[in-house]
Amino acid sequence: MSERSERLAVRKTYKLFIGGAFPRSESGRSYVVTDAKGQFLANASRASRKDARDAVSAARKAFGGWSGRTPYNRGQILYRIAEMMEGRRAQFADELRAAGLGRNAATAEVDAAIDRWVWYAGWADKLGAVAGSANPVAGPYFNFSTPEPMGVVAVIAPDGPLLGLVSVLAPVIVSGNTCVVVASEPAPLPAVTLAEVLATSDLPGGVVNVLTGRRAELAPWLAAHMDINALDLAGVPAEDVGPLEEAAAENLKRVLRPRPEEWDADPGTARMTAFLETKTVWHPVGV
Amino acid sequence: MSIFEYAPAPESASVVDIRPSYDLFVGGEWVESAGERRYKSVNPATEDVLAEITEATAADVDRAVTAARRAFEKVWGPMPGRERAKYLYRIARIIQERSRELAVLESIDNGKPIRESRDVDLPLVAAHFFYYAGWADKLPYAGFGPDPRPLGVAGQVIPWNFPLLMLAWKIAPALACGNTVVLKPAETTSLTALTFAEICRQADLPPGVVNIVTGAGETGRALVEHPGIDKIAFTGSTEVGRLIARSAAGTAKRLTLELGGKAANVVFEDAPLDQAVEGVVNGIFFNQGHVCCAGSRLLVQESVAEELLDRLRTRMATLRVGDPLDKNTDVGAINSAEQLDRIRTLSQAGEDEGAVRWSPPCELPSRGYWFAPTLFTGVAQSHRIAREEIFGPVLSVLTFRTPAEAVEKANNTPYGLSAGVWTEKGSRILWMAERLRAGVVWANTFNKFDPASPFGGYKESGFGREGGRHGLEAYLDV
Repeated sequence: MSERSERLAVRKTYKLFIGGAFPRSESGRSYVVTDAKGQFLANASRASRKDARDAVSAARKAFGGWSGRTPYNRGQILYRIAEMMEGRRAQFADELRAAGLGRNAATAEVDAAIDRWVWYAGWADKLGAVAGSANPVAGPYFNFSTPEPMGVVAVIAPDGPLLGLVSVLAPVIVSGNTCVVVASEPAPLPAVTLAEVLATSDLPGGVVNVLTGRRAELAPWLAAHMDINALDLAGVPAEDVGPLEEAAAENLKRVLRPRPEEWDADPGTARMTAFLETKTVWHPVGV
Repeated sequence: MSIFEYAPAPESASVVDIRPSYDLFVGGEWVESAGERRYKSVNPATEDVLAEITEATAADVDRAVTAARRAFEKVWGPMPGRERAKYLYRIARIIQERSRELAVLESIDNGKPIRESRDVDLPLVAAHFFYYAGWADKLPYAGFGPDPRPLGVAGQVIPWNFPLLMLAWKIAPALACGNTVVLKPAETTSLTALTFAEICRQADLPPGVVNIVTGAGETGRALVEHPGIDKIAFTGSTEVGRLIARSAAGTAKRLTLELGGKAANVVFEDAPLDQAVEGVVNGIFFNQGHVCCAGSRLLVQESVAEELLDRLRTRMATLRVGDPLDKNTDVGAINSAEQLDRIRTLSQAGEDEGAVRWSPPCELPSRGYWFAPTLFTGVAQSHRIAREEIFGPVLSVLTFRTPAEAVEKANNTPYGLSAGVWTEKGSRILWMAERLRAGVVWANTFNKFDPASPFGGYKESGFGREGGRHGLEAYLDV
């Protein structure tokens, strides 16, 4: 026997990602994550209401800085995320295989997820041109509309543990929003590993905050939170959408309802524009 | 003081023909309600009864939705965009032809000065139909995919402050995109919407494409909760907007909301002060302050506060309050007794909380609903008059020292509909415009509207945009 196979592996502690740090849940709770065959994989943090609130504070604090970056700079950082993921392809593929994907499918999903960051990275400095306009008003005014980020977005991620996650995360932050993401409940480990990538990609702390735990426990607090501007319900089962939308009405959050998604299809621009406000500025023209 | 003596110049009311009572407009016909209830619509300037209006029941609403569905499936949905466009152009033209009549009717029913209904509301109404008519056959070029589809039947509920203009903002884009509509005007201002029904008939618009159901909150609720509609578009209070958002939760209905505001109008020390005063006056006294995007909080830089307020008081003393049909009138009647109560209550709260109230000497007519232009100084951010939408001719004045403080105070509200900036410095305008969390920023101007210009709020001022290319999205399945 080689020495290598006798060596006891050093396992990773899977924690939350809040404000750029990796805390355990303040509640001290965790839950068991198993592989597709039911074998123990890890004790993931089971985030509490307090963790969710901390994550929202971190996201709010990060909003001014992130939305104030130049689009070019945000694009650079999103591309950097792709670069950092590329170096961890094997690790992501292993985690996806543990979650039940076959070898080829796992590799394909990791590659697609990396490529998705590249696709969105390029949008950062083009979205304004595509979604904005100079408006030909009937009078001596210059009038233009620009897309702006909404603020803090809560994202209930779909169960597609990596490509689904990246596909909902990237369009939210590319325009300058910050977010709190509730990872897939049965397969949260790739989300935590993705957080490690984000932490080393020059993404400012707090732009993305990742919570793992019970979706049904966390989603209602986020839907009702008064300092969240918008809600992406991508990973919410149909029967839970109504109550969450009702809670979101309290401060008139913008809600993106879940719909059937093929995550490997062309993403289009809809997920980006869903989290943009349009601001219109008027100024007189004269001498 | 004054160079010219005042002499009344009333617009003749003979151009309008108000019927004693109105039925509902459903499926291209005037139909009687299934219920018995009617209410009186009054002229807010005289309290005279203008007409009896039908309070549509849930059964009436159902009938209207059914008519709209049939028209959507059989006629309007399948119709080529270029044909829909021509109907909308026709409507725009008829509005232009009848604009004097409509302006007078709007002033009688709403209380707004004829100068505004004639020079602002009606030209914008016609322009809105004209603008969206042109989109009807160009939707594939709007950036929403190669073949964007309509949603179906839209239920639309509009407020009383710009009755016909809000109707245009709702109906024109909906029809251009291929939807049919059931529209409920506000209960105190139904007359121009009912006249618009006649215009649809003059234009030979296919029956059921536009349906008008009158009534109050219950009728509105029946409409937005009707399972047969695909889209809700609402303009009104944030409070009702919340209720509608809750009722639409868990359904497949699309929703756009244009709600309240508490806009900051920010005046810097280098602003052209006389222009700024005009802008401040226009910002809060236009349409009696019944404007969701009114500049109801004046934020003025401390160094020029005294001078600006002196000039503002002088200017306010020249405002003529009175007969909406008088072409001299600047501030007309408050739309309803209920709204007058609200303005009085909040103004009283302003005094009670310690702000200093001032109005110019101002004789108000003995009948009708009136409120003198009012200025509050010494206002703190915590005062109700700095936080709550008054929706009347009441301005709250706050001061600031630095641009950062101006941004902080301007954004310190759950609303985010509009904002104003007054300064001669271009870079500061753009710096402010970037930081103000509001859907519309007027720089060195205020309360300007155009069909080509997207309008709508951030935060609790609602979501979705009306106007421009962006306004199409609310009525397309994208």
